[in-house]
Amino acid sequence: MKTTEELHRLLSAQFGDETCELKPDEKVEPWIVVKPEVIRDVAKFLRDEDGLRFDCLMCLSGVHYQKENELGVTYHLFSTSEKHKLALKVIMPEDNAQLPSVEQIWKTADWYEREAFDMFGIRFDGHPDPRRILCPDDWEGHPLRKDYQVQEFYRGMKVEY
Amino acid sequence: MGLLDKKYQDSNIIIVSLEKALNWARKSSLWYMQFGLACCAIEMMATAASRYDFDRFGIIPRSSPRQADVMIVAGTVTLKMATRIKRLYEQMSEPRYVISMGSCSNCGGPYWEHGYHVLKGVDRVVPVDVYVPGCPPRPEALLQGFLHLQKKIMNETLVVGINPDKPVVIQDKGGDQIDIANVDETDEHKTAQIEFPQQDVKRKKEGA
Repeated sequence: MKTTEELHRLLSAQFGDETCELKPDEKVEPWIVVKPEVIRDVAKFLRDEDGLRFDCLMCLSGVHYQKENELGVTYHLFSTSEKHKLALKVIMPEDNAQLPSVEQIWKTADWYEREAFDMFGIRFDGHPDPRRILCPDDWEGHPLRKDYQVQEFYRGMKVEY
Repeated sequence: MGLLDKKYQDSNIIIVSLEKALNWARKSSLWYMQFGLACCAIEMMATAASRYDFDRFGIIPRSSPRQADVMIVAGTVTLKMATRIKRLYEQMSEPRYVISMGSCSNCGGPYWEHGYHVLKGVDRVVPVDVYVPGCPPRPEALLQGFLHLQKKIMNETLVVGINPDKPVVIQDKGGDQIDIANVDETDEHKTAQIEFPQQDVKRKKEGA
């Protein structure tokens, strides 16, 4: 069982100080911010390394930070054997929201990533089926972005009341 | 032979007008297409189960639109689903009816303002015969909706006289009787209970 601080020390030793940053938070729990380009390697390391064994991706969610013009992806990980958990975050600029998919690491990420794409427009490279999951395929825009403007008509049906 | 067993002296001939016999037959076997979309579907299932027992009215579920008489739209109609509802409605054979069950399919319900994905009333894509209010409606309410639909069916006629393009006034005369008549559109009638069954469909086709 490891704390987030211990996990951060392991990650910086493996991937370098500049790729992962510890964010202590007294209110909820600390988290680690990881650079988008290394997220798949970090995920594989966390899953396979002895003593870490994060075999369960509990949740993957998109976030829109409108003030900073940034989009984020949050990964909540859990290890069923080691009984520890970890919150990972990836922050990207709004105009280039693109990061490697972790579907090859945890199969459950398949639909989570499709949802994050559908709701926020975050693109996951290497995803086997990068379609929308909730909205229709010909929907315009990404509804959970904070600057989202709903379209007036969808296939001739008025959207607003 | 059930209730009619040994009730007649001569051979079993009953004299009835053709339209009444046809209407009676149709209202007594309303097969509904299951369209459970949200929590209203739970109430619809409860209505079909043994306590409320739809079957005593001849109302049974039918999963194929080709063989269904009435579609119960039970639940929130999203825009994605609305395209499917329209397709399935078009696949039903005439005469066909639609019961809109619950606030969501009546008018959008709780999603009427901030639900970007919800159709604000299923009557925007298919013509609705009976609206059942409630969130969700109790089984009794759905049953009453069906009783209203049966009244409507019993008042359908083979006779020339009612123009479906003109406004129609429906008067409830109590019991099984309702009176349907065409009227000219006047201010007086605008305040009355007026339905425009065909015009609504036309207006929607034109996208107004």
